[in-house]
Amino acid sequence: MRPLAPKVPLDPEAREQDRSLLEALRRGEDQAFRALVDANTGPMLAVARRFLRNEDDARDAVQDAYLSAFRAIDRFSGDALLSTWLHRITVNACLMRLRTRRRRPETSIEELLPGFLEDGRLAANETVRRDRADRVLEARQLRAVVTQAIDQLPDIYRTVLILRDIEGFDTEQTAGVLELSIPAVKTRLHRARQALKELLDRQLSDRLDTANRRDPSPLADSGEELDHELS
Amino acid sequence: MNCREFVEFLMGYLDEELDETARSVFEAHLGGCRDCHRYMEDYVQAVELGRAACREPEGPAVPEGLPEELVQAILQARQAANSKEE
Repeated sequence: MRPLAPKVPLDPEAREQDRSLLEALRRGEDQAFRALVDANTGPMLAVARRFLRNEDDARDAVQDAYLSAFRAIDRFSGDALLSTWLHRITVNACLMRLRTRRRRPETSIEELLPGFLEDGRLAANETVRRDRADRVLEARQLRAVVTQAIDQLPDIYRTVLILRDIEGFDTEQTAGVLELSIPAVKTRLHRARQALKELLDRQLSDRLDTANRRDPSPLADSGEELDHELS
Repeated sequence: MNCREFVEFLMGYLDEELDETARSVFEAHLGGCRDCHRYMEDYVQAVELGRAACREPEGPAVPEGLPEELVQAILQARQAANSKEE
């Protein structure tokens, strides 16, 4: 499978700006903290929302992350950009919050995994072709459908999927932060991907049916620009 | 290999972790089973759509802008932490 995009080398200008900001933070300048918070809170909140699916929890996690960062600013080596460092701290704050918050009832993942016949063949309902149903959705609608599907995954699977497929952690890193074995990470990731596929199949099929009821003419082949936009 | 085993080995195949023998058995099934071929295509597409949806800046990132009350809470929490240390 295509790996995540390679990391872009750090721009020297960005690194220099970061170094100046870091020095100002270490001097305790209020304006520097304001600049840091203004520049990074949006992306940090987006990460936290993805993990926690709850606005209050996400905001609390971002606040926890900043407090951890402020306490550790003198120990930050400066090898990475501040934004990268804050991103990692946010992920940790979210994982901590996921461990401690009361579990809410969740759908079992079993019903989202493929069914098989006794002889090991895929069950009939697994073989219905999605037929590029995503072509009937605009890119923005498609993104909403996909993020909703990810949000429906049970926490223990969604967390692994986000770390591996979205945040770009490798299997060993994911195992480390979640305190899981490597085989457990692989199993959870595979199940999470299968469940995501199933949820997308259902969502996209429903929308295709709705679109066909509204306009029974053959689907326009409008997917090329969508593929381009998502690539 | 049957479809159940195919699905079991799918991620290992995509991550190029199967040894040569397992890979050729897997590919033999893939070549002869239309259902598994479709399953693999949709699985890969689901992963790609997940990545694209969450990386897209217009996506769920910060739909309503930066909440100022959160920014203020963070800055006040820092000042409170500083006061305690002093």
